[in-house]
Amino acid sequence: MAVELDVFVGNTTIMDEEVYQLWLDGYTVNDAVKVRMEGGVMDECEASADVLQSDTMDQYRTFQMCERLLHSPAKLANQLLFQIPPHRQAMLIERYYAFDDAFVREVLGKKLSKGTKKDLDDIGAKTGVTLKSCRRQFDNFKRVFKVVEELKGPLVENIRHHFLLSDKLARDYAAIVFFANNRFETGKRKLQYLTFQDFAFCAGQLINSWTVGALDNQVEDMDVDLDKEFLQELKELKILISDKDLLDQHKSLVCTALRGKTKAFNEMEANFKNLSRGLVNIAAKLTNTKDVRDFFIDLVEKFIEPCRSDRWTAGDMRLYLTHYTNSAHILDTFKHQVVWDRYMGVIKSCIFKMYHD
Amino acid sequence: MPGKLKAKIVAGRHLPVMDRASDLTDAFVEVKFGNTTFKTDVCPKSLNPQWNSEWFKFEVDDEDLQDEPLQITVLDHDTYSANDAIGKVYIDIDPLLYSEAASVISGWFPIYDTIHGIRGEINILVKVELFNDLNRFRQSSCGVKFFCTTAIPRCYRAAMVHGFVEELVVNEDPEYQWIDRIRTPRASNEARQRLISLMSGELQRKIGLKVLEMGGNAVVGYLQCFDLEGESGLVVRAIGTACTLDKLSSGSAPNTNTHIHPNTAPASNACNSPSKDGKESPLAHGCRSTHNSPVHSACSSQRLSQNFSVSVPTLIFTGMGSGGSAGKEAGPLKTLLRQQTQTALEQREFPFFTLTSFPAGFLVHVGGVVSARSVKLLDRIHNPALGNTRSYKLLDWNSVTADEPETRDAWWEEIRQEIKSHAKALGCHAVVGYSESTSICEEVCILSASGTAAILNPRYMREGCLDIGSTDHRFEEPSPPSCGFCHIPYDEFNMPFPAQLTYCYHCRRQKVPDVLFTTIDLPPEASVTGKGCLIQARLCRLKKKAQGEVNATAISNLLPFMEYELHTQLMNKLKLRSMNALFCLHIQISVGENMLLGLASATGVYLTALPAPGGIQIAGKTPGDLSNEHHILTIQKRINDTIAKNKELYQINPPELTEETVGSPIPEPRQRHRLLRSHSESSDELSELDLSHGKKDAFVLEIDDTDALEDIHSLLTDASPPTGFYSCNTEIMPGIFNWTSGVQMFTSVRVLRLSNANLTNQGLNKTFTDLCENLLKSFYFKLRSMIPCCLCHLKFTVAVPEEELIQVTVTAVAMTFDKDQSQEKLTEKPTTKGSTETEEQLQFPLELSTDLSTNMQTSNKISGTVSLLTPAAKLYQNQLIMVHSAGVPESTTVSPRAASVDYGSFADRCSTWLELLKMKAHTIRRGSVKTSRRTQSLAHPVSSLDRSSPLPEGRSRSLRSNRSFGGSSVPVVKMTPVSFLPGTRIIKYLGIINMFFIRETTSLREEGGISGFLHSFIAEVFAMVRAHVAALGGNAVVSYSMKECVLMENPNKNQAQCLINVSGDAVICVRETDQEPPSVANIGQTCCSSADGAT
Repeated sequence: MAVELDVFVGNTTIMDEEVYQLWLDGYTVNDAVKVRMEGGVMDECEASADVLQSDTMDQYRTFQMCERLLHSPAKLANQLLFQIPPHRQAMLIERYYAFDDAFVREVLGKKLSKGTKKDLDDIGAKTGVTLKSCRRQFDNFKRVFKVVEELKGPLVENIRHHFLLSDKLARDYAAIVFFANNRFETGKRKLQYLTFQDFAFCAGQLINSWTVGALDNQVEDMDVDLDKEFLQELKELKILISDKDLLDQHKSLVCTALRGKTKAFNEMEANFKNLSRGLVNIAAKLTNTKDVRDFFIDLVEKFIEPCRSDRWTAGDMRLYLTHYTNSAHILDTFKHQVVWDRYMGVIKSCIFKMYHD
Repeated sequence: MPGKLKAKIVAGRHLPVMDRASDLTDAFVEVKFGNTTFKTDVCPKSLNPQWNSEWFKFEVDDEDLQDEPLQITVLDHDTYSANDAIGKVYIDIDPLLYSEAASVISGWFPIYDTIHGIRGEINILVKVELFNDLNRFRQSSCGVKFFCTTAIPRCYRAAMVHGFVEELVVNEDPEYQWIDRIRTPRASNEARQRLISLMSGELQRKIGLKVLEMGGNAVVGYLQCFDLEGESGLVVRAIGTACTLDKLSSGSAPNTNTHIHPNTAPASNACNSPSKDGKESPLAHGCRSTHNSPVHSACSSQRLSQNFSVSVPTLIFTGMGSGGSAGKEAGPLKTLLRQQTQTALEQREFPFFTLTSFPAGFLVHVGGVVSARSVKLLDRIHNPALGNTRSYKLLDWNSVTADEPETRDAWWEEIRQEIKSHAKALGCHAVVGYSESTSICEEVCILSASGTAAILNPRYMREGCLDIGSTDHRFEEPSPPSCGFCHIPYDEFNMPFPAQLTYCYHCRRQKVPDVLFTTIDLPPEASVTGKGCLIQARLCRLKKKAQGEVNATAISNLLPFMEYELHTQLMNKLKLRSMNALFCLHIQISVGENMLLGLASATGVYLTALPAPGGIQIAGKTPGDLSNEHHILTIQKRINDTIAKNKELYQINPPELTEETVGSPIPEPRQRHRLLRSHSESSDELSELDLSHGKKDAFVLEIDDTDALEDIHSLLTDASPPTGFYSCNTEIMPGIFNWTSGVQMFTSVRVLRLSNANLTNQGLNKTFTDLCENLLKSFYFKLRSMIPCCLCHLKFTVAVPEEELIQVTVTAVAMTFDKDQSQEKLTEKPTTKGSTETEEQLQFPLELSTDLSTNMQTSNKISGTVSLLTPAAKLYQNQLIMVHSAGVPESTTVSPRAASVDYGSFADRCSTWLELLKMKAHTIRRGSVKTSRRTQSLAHPVSSLDRSSPLPEGRSRSLRSNRSFGGSSVPVVKMTPVSFLPGTRIIKYLGIINMFFIRETTSLREEGGISGFLHSFIAEVFAMVRAHVAALGGNAVVSYSMKECVLMENPNKNQAQCLINVSGDAVICVRETDQEPPSVANIGQTCCSSADGAT
């Protein structure tokens, strides 16, 4: 007595959010049935294991049929095959494009290529995410990347519009696309303590202030590529460390402002020149693609680590960077105020975000 | 040239990639109607082409307009090779042919390919300009409206019900034409789809002609079916009920009270109706039946009528055991001939009605279920050697088509005659809830027809249209609507079958049977105790594989046993649930190569008017055996417990009545009967049936072998639905009144492969029962988010697609209701009933006081709800106002009609002077008591409440209700097998949806196996139905049904094919609350009127 065929089709497509999540997480039908049984859903309606199996199969089939549509979510709204209420559609899309932070942390900044895709089983094993789920997430990244690559206009807007995602998720995808495009190094051991959300925040800062789109919002790739002119101009900031007078003047201004306000004052005073050199050098080198990739590792090595070893608190950091930025405005011989602000604005908020254990 | 069809191709979207090199498509469209084809320009390199074509105009006969579909083909242009077809859209333009319905078809249609399924969508505009046709010899019947709904459609009023219309057309199945060997599967499928579309169009046109001849303007309860007879052809047949419908003006009509009051359709109206051709009956088929001597290709036929209140069905074996030889057939043939001559003289029509629910007052009495089955051998083209009458069919099918429908017609004619005579035997002149079906396996075909014998109120019919003797005038006398239909229509002392009669528990005036079986919906005015439930009897019978006549004989020998067993099962299950009536009984017997499947579904209820069912008692065969005795005791206990549990579950707590208070003038101890287990093998069944009519204390089941034990076990294994769920196969659940707007229609298909090792009847029965039970369990689980809800209109269809395969297809709708209010009702209901009941314990109840007390009760109930001030209560009151105003003039019309009753004519039917006396007294009272009528009309608002839940949307609305979501570009179309959508009002019927699709695949595995294949196909069918409805401007399909789902697979070849036929009525409905919000003024009025009612 084998069930040869078993289908259930509703005029309004029936979808159980719990089963959807299990499907997204890459569970097989049998595993999903086990999880559901343990979840106690059977007691709800005097269901048996057979009923659960049949229901799970049905739902999995429905999801598989929907998957094609989810690849271009706009189609989901005007396709005729499934009658799904809009709020359910939104749920389907949002969940389909949701990703595991652990997984994305691994591929962040990597090239979204076939090579990376081959390594997914390793990543899966490392992060505890099933291979099926890894593939879906990776393909999502790639799909979004491909679509927005060719579009004009603001990155986040484009993603939100094309994939009908929530603002939060659209921003995360923007970060992923931005990292993948600029191939920022995130995998080094020293960067391991940083979460995806840290990077996503930094990406947002960079997109808002350092890209071409920050000035002109009708250029292609405006939010993906860094503003080349700006990077050139950053070289001018070198004067802050190459001009001895300027460096000393800057130091004394900062120290005056800080004196008595923090316990770490002595360390700040002692390290000022080193730290300032670090930050300005990062700025000056950003014209090289290689150094752009190392942007985050440089920030950590040249600035965050020294501060951390001197036991600065987050408050110290905030105080120091605020005065460090503002004092530069008082220097009469320093003429690059605009570039300085554009640079330091991002650096400040990135370091604030990244300065934790 | 009576019509101009115009079509415009606007755009396409989501087209598939047809050119791998560019990942794009160069699409263009061919628009074809009849033999005329137009093409659009090619829209190069686009998956979302904008053609924006000119208007393509077709000048055609309206006959063609009715028959032909508009055929739209989307193709990919290819410079070097042949153009590739992307897919097709067939548009039935019939809805554009009558003025009130849709005026334009406009919208996105899925582009469908029989091999690939849906491939993108196309936006089309279609219009029709009809010129008036005054040609009286016309062949078209434009303007006749068709409804699948088996009730008078809401927003219409039946001016007259003309009666039965039927037609069938036959053609050769393209799948079996020689050309099929050389054409592609796609071409073959498309030929088939097109042919069936043409045939349905033709059929509808022909039926329409008959309706026009009868003077009607609509067909209600239109049921169209396909018989895929394989090599012997393709039959498309349809039955329906011709009516003259008047549209209710939306403003004035009591919209929630959808049932037409008797006073809104007075007899005078019938005379004013457009039909002038009074007595002549130009029915084509009537004439045909006379000269159509029974060309019997049947090898044997047997029929059976099931009557209510039977401990055993009355078996009328007209053709039993007449294994196909001409000699044996002579007997039944003669009777048939005699019958036919009689009918030719006195009768021109079958008094059949495909309706299952009726305007109030239409149904006077219900007799019981009548059914007939007949086993036929289909003609085989390649087997002319058989040499007897049935092989007359020639190889050239063109010459045959003229004769072919005659044969099929004769078959059905025969069955209908049978049904009619059964109805007569039950003292009824009409059959309602009538339906026909077939089951075909190879060359054997079982034709089945069933209905409910009934006596109707002749006011609705043209004079002479029905075979109503003058004696029937007594039925015009109004009997209480809540129980009148239960009263026996036949002569008490000349009963057609053994039954126990008691005086009606509701009115105490007339006799009722102890059990009532019907194929109709529960009349809304019927008074029911507690809730109903789905009751199913399931049965498998193995049979030997055989060919031709041997096979047919074997099947026809098995049929009566199956019917008997199914009936016994139903009876037992009914008693186990402590109920006494079945509604919507549908018995399907399906034939396979090595087995027969029987599935009977019905909704059991406890009718207050009928006596309480006795218990079930178990008796052992060998009383001496101690261990056996103990065993029997345990089983008995389990049965008693189950009955008690069910009583609680279905809230069946009828007012206790002692024998003394029954007050029956004929002292008659309440008879109960016992039923012996029938051994399927026993041949002396008829004698056994006689024996069974004893006077035992309870329904007795004798355990004499393991067989019976198994049966009892299976009786007890039927699980009741989990908390929060109810199920029924009627339109709505008796006893639930407050439907909310959550609706989820679904179709589920399951196929079971039997392991071929030692199949036994018992094992099969268990497997089959489990299959059905598990399906139900699955539904409950899947729909658990809708709790509290009820699965309504559950329709199970069984088939044996191959040896060792059992296929069950279910379509139903889950509807949510408001739990709190139903409980509120429940606590009230029994008390109301109870006190009414005590009033009626007087031997001759004073009607005035009874009515008054009911009125008091009702108004008490109202004031109770007013304090709650729920929106539902407000609306409830609204209805009361309307009814009250309607009720008052009504009471004045009662007396003259009652006075016109001809006493003499029915005197002969009154068997005793006592009864005559009683009736006289009764009639006299009628004339003088005014308030009596009022209670009658009071019953209507309550009943209409449950039909059309006046609860405003938004109140405990389910998540799934999907209206009012902005932003989506696809309009939401609701579908339901029921004739209405709760919480809404149908404002327009846009036309019938009748679609036939074939889907085939040669990559079964890649599509997710057979389940994946069927899953997407069903989803596609839904999508296409929705798209067509939306294009007509509708937002819902009511009375939806999937009439055919034929699935064939060949996993070894990685192939599968499926045919699906669906139908329904496209409608526009609006929220009930949209136009009539309960206003404060209304409430004030209600208080007055309810106070008025109490006086």
